[in-house]
Amino acid sequence: MDAILLQIMNGLDKGGAYALIALGLTLVFGTLGVVNFAHGALFMLGAFCAVAMNKFLSYETVVVDPTQLTPWGSPLEIRTPYVQALLGDWGKFLIDYSVPVSILLAIPVMLIISLIMERGLIRFFYKRPHADQILVTFGLAIILQEIVKQFFGANPIPQTAPSAVSGSLAITSAISYPYWRIVYFLFSLGVVAAVMAFLRFTTFGMVVRAGTQDRETVGLLGINIQRRFTIVFGLAGVVAGLAGLMYTPIVPPDYHMGMDFLVLSFVVVVVGGMGSLPGAVLAGFLLGILQSFASMNEVKSILPGIDQIIIYLVAVVILLVRPRGLMGRKGIMES
Amino acid sequence: MTKSKIIVSRRTLLKTGLAGVATVAAPTFFIRDAWADDFCNMPKGDTVTFGFNVPQTGAYADEGADELRAYQLAVKHLNGEGDGGMLKTMKPLALKGNGVLGKKVAYVTGDTQTKSDAARASAKRMIEKDGVVMVTGGSSSGVAVAVQSLCHDAGVIFMAGLTHSNDTTGKDKRAYGFRHFFNAYMSGVALGPVLAENYGKDRAAYHLTADYTWGWTQEESIKNATEQLGWKTIKTVRTPLGAGDFSQYITPVVNSGADVLILNHYGKDMINSLTQAVQFGLREKMANGKKFEIVVPLFSELMAQGAGDNIKGILGTANWDWKLTDDATKTFTKSFGAAYGTPPSQAAQTCYVQAILYADACERAGTFNPTEVIKALEGFEFDGLGNGKTLYRAADHQCFKEVLVVKGKANPKDKYDLLEIVKNVPAADVTYDPAIFGGELGSSAAKKCG
Amino acid sequence: MRNTKVRDVILLGCFAVAAVAAPLLAAPFGAGYPDLLVKFAIFGIFAVGFNILFGLTGYLSFGHAVFLGVGSYAAVWSFKLVSVNILPAVIGAILVSGLFALAIGYVSLRRSGIYFSILTLAFAQMCYNLAYSVLTPITNGETGLRVLRDDPRYLDSAVGVLGQSPSLFGLPMTGWTGYYVCAAVLVVAFAFSVAIFRSPFGMTLRAIKTNQNRMGYTGFNSRPYLLTAFVISGMYAGLAGSLMAATDPLAGAERMQWTASGEVVLMTILGGAGTLLGPVLGSGVIKYFENIFSAYNEAQLGTTLSFLPESIHDGVVKTLSLFVGEGWQLTLGLLFMVVVIFLPGGIMEGVMRVFRVKHTPPVKSLGDSAQRDIVGESVIEEMPADYGAHPAPEKALAEAKIGTTAQ
Repeated sequence: MDAILLQIMNGLDKGGAYALIALGLTLVFGTLGVVNFAHGALFMLGAFCAVAMNKFLSYETVVVDPTQLTPWGSPLEIRTPYVQALLGDWGKFLIDYSVPVSILLAIPVMLIISLIMERGLIRFFYKRPHADQILVTFGLAIILQEIVKQFFGANPIPQTAPSAVSGSLAITSAISYPYWRIVYFLFSLGVVAAVMAFLRFTTFGMVVRAGTQDRETVGLLGINIQRRFTIVFGLAGVVAGLAGLMYTPIVPPDYHMGMDFLVLSFVVVVVGGMGSLPGAVLAGFLLGILQSFASMNEVKSILPGIDQIIIYLVAVVILLVRPRGLMGRKGIMES
Repeated sequence: MTKSKIIVSRRTLLKTGLAGVATVAAPTFFIRDAWADDFCNMPKGDTVTFGFNVPQTGAYADEGADELRAYQLAVKHLNGEGDGGMLKTMKPLALKGNGVLGKKVAYVTGDTQTKSDAARASAKRMIEKDGVVMVTGGSSSGVAVAVQSLCHDAGVIFMAGLTHSNDTTGKDKRAYGFRHFFNAYMSGVALGPVLAENYGKDRAAYHLTADYTWGWTQEESIKNATEQLGWKTIKTVRTPLGAGDFSQYITPVVNSGADVLILNHYGKDMINSLTQAVQFGLREKMANGKKFEIVVPLFSELMAQGAGDNIKGILGTANWDWKLTDDATKTFTKSFGAAYGTPPSQAAQTCYVQAILYADACERAGTFNPTEVIKALEGFEFDGLGNGKTLYRAADHQCFKEVLVVKGKANPKDKYDLLEIVKNVPAADVTYDPAIFGGELGSSAAKKCG
Repeated sequence: MRNTKVRDVILLGCFAVAAVAAPLLAAPFGAGYPDLLVKFAIFGIFAVGFNILFGLTGYLSFGHAVFLGVGSYAAVWSFKLVSVNILPAVIGAILVSGLFALAIGYVSLRRSGIYFSILTLAFAQMCYNLAYSVLTPITNGETGLRVLRDDPRYLDSAVGVLGQSPSLFGLPMTGWTGYYVCAAVLVVAFAFSVAIFRSPFGMTLRAIKTNQNRMGYTGFNSRPYLLTAFVISGMYAGLAGSLMAATDPLAGAERMQWTASGEVVLMTILGGAGTLLGPVLGSGVIKYFENIFSAYNEAQLGTTLSFLPESIHDGVVKTLSLFVGEGWQLTLGLLFMVVVIFLPGGIMEGVMRVFRVKHTPPVKSLGDSAQRDIVGESVIEEMPADYGAHPAPEKALAEAKIGTTAQ
């Protein structure tokens, strides 16, 4: 029983990450009609916002002492973290909370990056077929990750959760679960709710939803739907970035992490139904939980290797049986 | 040297083309004659070219970069530039610091991408185009085995870089392949007693194993070693390569009755699984009345960097560490540090040593002819390259030397000071009978190119 | 129409000559060594085959590397169990990958557009993951399947042939002989693809690409045609895979990873999807980058650029070294984006712009126009006349009818 409960919890936090990435992906597809293969790169860039913030906060002033040498022969460097020196305990607190603090950095940075991406490149691809969009964004993703690699190297860079939530919560005597994963799950729920509410209850959201249904008519009403879609793209970028940022204490980020998630998140979007927000969220959690269960020893002993293919298997079955996905609009993508 | 040769072959080709010879086989015979040599890529002229085949893209790119730095340093030292590095400490030493056999050492580089296909393509380029007499490098066992068999077939010596699987000098060993790095079996033998000392003889282990050949050999080796101590093995679970999130494999560990978790992962997988296992509070748990422990049989400085604080206090093994106190290590660390400003990693050391050992063997053999060089390397005993007395065993081309048992340091002084040495396990303890892994070296006869 | 045929023959002739003279042509670029030329030929075959699917029908398969991998495995198994002769290996590989293509295509072609892409991708990832882990007894997992000394090779041992490296009736598959065998196969494969492009079958595929719905309204069942194209292109991939195993007897699972599938898409697009020559060029460019650009290091760059004045030398070397060696993927990504944005017709469109081939409509999207390769340009106008003059249309019509009734 405990085992099942634990696997459901595992599925929930994994699903949280899937849902957040898929949310942005499907949002962009639903509004702009663009299949964005660089979305994984946005996830990765968000994660590196956390790395950059941590680097910035723990930046050290270096005093070289040429009289002393390190064992490898360079002069000894005396390092003092300057935020800490400047702000004392406050500085320590900031460094400890560098991951959540970096949200402040990530929101504007991700917004700017995605707006540049949309205005500078993707808008020229609205009318081109999906294949073109896939390929141009794929090229962009390669470039973005190579740039990050130039700056940060290829090795994963560990990020720690704030010490207050770095332990694990004892649920029963036998089960405990890391606080940060619970935080991540709640965070993903919060972001999903915020995005949905934003689209549901604001005038902006109403216009966007209307534009998704019928772009021409909305345009005829004198509304600049294009500008709103651009902002939606920015929103999707921010959501992906935050998803990556908050994920860093769970999986130390490296330049390639976006590609690792990309294929998976596409599968999530397709299973949920292209363009459907609730579908993406539902599919994210569902696939997360399914993957956790498939990894159980009891299941693997009956079907060896099932944990390696379960996600793709589900995708194939869904596409064949119900091509519009779990919650896709009727008729969308059905040929 | 090779240039005039190629021009001849071009001309022959042109002639055959002009003559309108449509048959496929005809031009080849001309070329085969043109390539004829005493052995493949016999160096003519006043340089000899080495091929450095390291991962430059992908997950091991940083490790590859470090390997390449070490190779460049080795080339400098071989050519008599720089401070000479471990050439000053190596015994016996035939090299004179004027290149190898009077020829200056040149090198070409390539990207293995940590993929067998790409690594082989890159090695082939070095052999066919750049005329290298030796290929070296690599950061994974799959690549090492693949490139080793290619080099064997081509008749070019392969000095393996970082490869830890038993297979490299076990069932997939080749006469043309040599490994300085230690292997999974030695890890198990070296680590076992230390585990018993620290954690007792009555333990129950749970293995998480990367689901590919290296993971399996390591799992087997560690399992055998720990079971001999009296440990029980509760379960061995295979995890997909690059799983990212290992939570679904970690949670069942708690209630399994195990009190030790052994992570047979390397690189990114190890960083992730260790980080997550620590987050799940495994190290604060009590199981069977004992403190729960995590063991990572193989790790490196780069992995320790990636795992951050989570590596503290974790036991594992390493091939070499720059904090060893012998003269050779100190000299090399200084020399590397002076050139690049950081201490060398174990990958850098193994690669540096491999390049030096090959060059030295040529010098001793008095020729670049691989058959003779292989003979010179086989059974070669040396000292002063950082691991104490070392033997290149003739039966399987595996080096036998001290193995380090290391622990993640609790209070590192700086970002390079991540591991502390717990024990130097003498070479005699980790030496095994080559027959246990089977395999055959095959012929070491020199081959012609093509 | 005679015009087209003559031009095709000329094209084929030039292609064959280029293939024979490749060692000379490639030498100035540092690519004139057997292994890279073999890679050009093999990936040329792979891309030509992919182009039959993507270029003609517009169906973007993101899992085509599976067939390459399956072909390699089949070929290595043939070397292990049957004979070191590459003939049974190649035939076996084509058949096995054809079967795989039939199965995957049958299921995947039930959907179109991006859904088709995701389906093929899902199948490919499943094959890759399984081959890497649980199927290790068949695939030898990470290390890759290799030919070993003690393999049985039943046919060889029956006729008393010794040796373990693949050959074509004693002709070794290494070095230049290997290249010429592959080049010969490439020329044949290319000729076959030209024939498909010109055939009524090829026309049908283009028609499906142009407007599949309208084809459907006229009672035309397009799926058998699509499936045929899919299987043919899968067999091309299997052929390429078997040659890969023949010239280098090792089959690894990475060959099937989705990035490998992405690579063949890039090759085709880079050269120009839907053109005859484009895919071959594209595969050449990408393999060149992977093998030659990645091998450039800073030291070499420094010597090459030593003619620059001292003041800017170091700066230029530093900047350029970001794009070669370990940065080769960055260059590839940039090149690729430039092509997709500015030259959707790929390198072939660039060539035609430069030579101002008449009636070249601007290409608006990747592979959108079926009528823009140098020799095939007039095909669209001429084909109907040709169509009526041959008995082929009746057959095609009959096929179409069968298709309809089957539905």
